[in-house]
Order: sequence, then C-alpha cells, then structure tokens
Amino acid sequence: MNKRTAERRWILFFISPALAVVFVIILLPLFMSLFNSLFSWKQLIRQDFIGLENFRKVFFTEPYKTRFFNALKNNGLWFIITMLIQNVGGLLIGYFLSRRVWAHEFYKRVIFIPVLFSIVAVGFLWSLYLRPNGLVNGFLKIVGLPQLTRAWLGDESIATFSIIFVNIWRWIGFPSLVFLAAIDNVPMDCLEAAWLDGATDRRVFFKVILPLIVPSILIITVLTIIGSLNVFEQIYTMAGLDGAPNFSTDTIGTLFYRTAFGSVDSGNPEIGIGSAIGVIIYLLTFLASVASIVGLGKKEVEL
Amino acid sequence: MISDLRLKNATPGKKILIIFVQVAFICYSLIIFYPLFNMIMSSFKSTRDILRFPFALPQKLDFSSYKTVWVDRGFGRFFFNSVWMTTVSMIFVLLFGSMAAYGVSRYVYRMRTAVYMLFLSGIMLPLKAAIIPLFMLMKKLGFVDKPISVILIFIAMGLPSTIFILSGFMKTIPKDLEYAARIDGCNDWMIYRKVIMPVIAPAIALVTIYNAVPIWNDFFFPLVFLQNPKYKPLPLGLTNFFGQYSTDWSLLFTALTIAILPVLILYIFMAKNFIKGMTAGAVK
Repeated sequence: MNKRTAERRWILFFISPALAVVFVIILLPLFMSLFNSLFSWKQLIRQDFIGLENFRKVFFTEPYKTRFFNALKNNGLWFIITMLIQNVGGLLIGYFLSRRVWAHEFYKRVIFIPVLFSIVAVGFLWSLYLRPNGLVNGFLKIVGLPQLTRAWLGDESIATFSIIFVNIWRWIGFPSLVFLAAIDNVPMDCLEAAWLDGATDRRVFFKVILPLIVPSILIITVLTIIGSLNVFEQIYTMAGLDGAPNFSTDTIGTLFYRTAFGSVDSGNPEIGIGSAIGVIIYLLTFLASVASIVGLGKKEVEL
Repeated sequence: MISDLRLKNATPGKKILIIFVQVAFICYSLIIFYPLFNMIMSSFKSTRDILRFPFALPQKLDFSSYKTVWVDRGFGRFFFNSVWMTTVSMIFVLLFGSMAAYGVSRYVYRMRTAVYMLFLSGIMLPLKAAIIPLFMLMKKLGFVDKPISVILIFIAMGLPSTIFILSGFMKTIPKDLEYAARIDGCNDWMIYRKVIMPVIAPAIALVTIYNAVPIWNDFFFPLVFLQNPKYKPLPLGLTNFFGQYSTDWSLLFTALTIAILPVLILYIFMAKNFIKGMTAGAVK
C-alpha cells in the first residue's frame, strides 16, 4: 500500500461520520423538500407531478394567500423592530461597555443572563407577567399609570409587539457583546490618530469605529434575518400555534407547522403546500443573507 | 480599546451623558433581575397570594410546590431526559466534529474545499424548514417517539459550527508538531488524539458551550418527534405542563424556576466561559 492510498483512507476515516450525518439530516431533506413541493399529496402519500402548482396556491389562492402574506408581514415586522431596537441598542450598549463605564464588568455579565434561557421558558414566564392580571399591569397601576394597562397579548394591535419585546429582553445581550468584542478590537493607533486630530467622541464613533466593525454588523444582520424567519417558539408559547388573537401574531414558522402537521384548510397535513412554504423559507434565508453580505460588504474598510 | 468614560475630569456635557448611561444600565439590570426574582419568590407563594399581592415577598419558604412539580408532575424525569440527551448528542458532536475538522484542516487534497463548503452550508440552512422530509425519514427508520430521532438531529445541528470553529483553530497549529510525532512512530489517529486534541482543548470548551446551550433549550424537534412522556426533555415537559395547569400560578412559577435556575447558577460560576462560548461563532 503506497503513501497516497494510506492518506486517502485516513481522510475518509476522519470525515465520513460527520459527512454521513450532515448529508442524511441536513442536505437530503433540503432536496426532498424541493422534490416534494412539486407533487400533489394525499396525506403522507405522493400523488402526481404538478410543477409549481403548490407555489401558485400559496401566493394566489385563498386561504393560503391571506395567511401567507399576513405571516410574511409579521416576519418583516420582527426583522425591522429587532434591527432598530435590539441591534441599535446592542451597538450602544457595546460601545458604552467598551468605554468601561463604572461597573461595566457587572453590566456585561447581567445583560447576557437571559441569552442562556430557553425561548420556551422565557416565553411562558412573560406570558404570565403580560396577562391582564399579571405583573406588568400591576406595576403600571402602582406607578400611577393605570391608563396604560393593556391586554398585552390579547389585543390584536399590540400582541406582536409585546412578543417581539420579550424576545429582545432575552436576546439583546448577544449583539451587545459581539459589538463590544468588535469595538475592543479596533486598533489603538486609529483611535489615537483621530484624537490627535481633535475629533469628538461622536465623530470617532461614526467615522472610525463604525466603518471598522462592519464585519460584525454584517454577521448580526444575517443572524437577525435568519432568526426573524425562524420565529416559532416565541409565538407558540405566548400566542399559541394559531397566532392568536385572530392570526395577528402568526409567522411563517407557525403557519408552516400548521400546514405540515394539519389544519390550515382541511384540518389534514398538507405536505405539498407545506413543502412549498419550506422551500420559500430556504430561499428567503438564502437571498436575504446574500443581499446583506453584498450590500454591507461593499462598505467594509480595509486597514 | 478606547479611553475610559469616567466622571473625573469630564466636561459638564459629558458628566450628564455619563450619569444618563449609568441610570440606563441600572434600570436595565433591574428589568433583567426583577422578573427572575419575582419568579423565584412567586414559586413559594400560593396562587391566591400571587394574584392579590404580586409584588409581596412570600410569608414563609414553602417548598411543597417543588415536591409536587418535581416528583408528581414528572419534572425530575424531564430534567434527567434533558441531561442525558444533551450529553449523548454533545459527545458525538465533539467526536465527529473534531475528526471532520482534522480531516479538512490537516490534509491537502483536491476535494478539500468542496467538503469544507458542504459542512459550512449547514450553518446557513434552517433545519426547521426541512421538518416534513425529516419526519418521513424518521418514520421510515422507525425512530419516531424514540430519543434517537432528536439526538441524530441535534448532532447534525451541532456539526457545521463545530467543524467551522475547530478547523479554524487546527489550521494555526504548526506542521512541525505533526512531523515530530510521525518520526516517533505515531499514526494519523494518534496524532489527532495525542497531539492536536490537547492543543485545541480551549476551543473544545468553547464549542461545547456554543452547542450544548441550544441543544439543552431546543423545543421544536422534541415537539415533533417525542410524544411519549417517558422521553420528554425539559422545554417540552414545561409546555405540556402549561397547557394542563394554566391557572395554577404557584405551580407554573415553580416549574419555570426549575427550568431556569440551574442555568442561572451555572452561569454565575462560569459567566466568562459562557459569554465567550456563545459568541464564538460571531466573534473572530
């Protein structure tokens, strides 16, 4: 046996277990989703090839059309609010922690605490606090703002916002500490040069720090897109699988689950439509990630 | 690293900013701590007291609801299920992941980049979107309602990021170390086991946290695959419990405390490691 064959065998030995698992559990189901979405289904049995008919149904036929675009709108809302509040907030928190304000080590640890909790536990905890007779309304009454009390999860116009805010409570520590690490990595000489030129803190932040942490902004943006498209547990625990009240909190994730395991139209699982929605989730994730990488990548600065 | 923002020697405008930032940080810390504190306190109170005096401290430390939830409602079992399923999944994530990372970072061959990209694609693909074919696959294999179904998925979930992070570390180890071991008569497995793995031990700790936390917390896959109460992990057990006892606030807060407190205690002792581990995928 020569040296090359021996090496080839070793390589195969090292990579094949992982390759087998990734292939069977991640890649094969991806292709099966694509394949399944092109057929009509009777329960779990594949029927005829129907081309893009399932996709046409999702986009143009009731009840799927209304449900789908309503859910997509909510996912968009998740993305925008998370970007504006959680990620901008995280950037500010990261910045001030990097300026080592008093007790910064303590704040750093505290802000990260909820990141470790399961979405399910956090969702249920806040669903108790947000009930009409829960802690949040109780607090508003104590501080003399009883006119602000709401059915936080029962009112169609605010339920989605309440759930997004709970999720921000859980997750804001993550972007904060990613941005903190990025700002701490900005080379000292860049900052010193700016100070010597008499730049104010604000100018240093916008003109020096921000351009240099674009890679981190990019990663956080992509992760936010993926996260927003995959919202499921938050809705399941705080609003239920139907996105109550009256589908106002429904997302692609919950709609997808209902389609796959029964109940949008007939109450039965609809494999064809479900697979089509699954494929749409893949495509959206892929497109949005590529778009933000291309868009923000251009603004990246090389030192 | 930037200059410290401190009150001493600051201009008046800056002083106002510093005080504002402090107030904001203190308020936010309270927004994090108080809900958790209230949750623990409520677990000792009766439902009646929770609803009438939500902010009051418990009259006495009444552990009876803990016994009810842990023993009678099966949380002991859910907890144990979460522990062993996470442990088994992590053993295979670390073993297969480090082997694959070794295979793509320590050899030079034609398909190397292709194999590496194949692993990386798993980071971007949302696994939940493939639940229909996954369900059919598990059904065909007879794995539905058996822990092996979610364990296989957890392993697949952990592998891409593990390979990404570990191969990054392995690339930086000098080849000379490997040559020296080879001259001493080591084969490739021994080099992986005795030379490379000890060197990347800190990275192993990192990926362990990075993957164990989401696996411990995962709810979606157990929801789909595990109906049998015998195998339910903690998040799924908690969900069923909330469905059944939605008006018994005392038991609900106890169940939540059981789900949240262990993680909190672990974090207090290993905060630095957790922060490093969880952000490992996003921080270079």
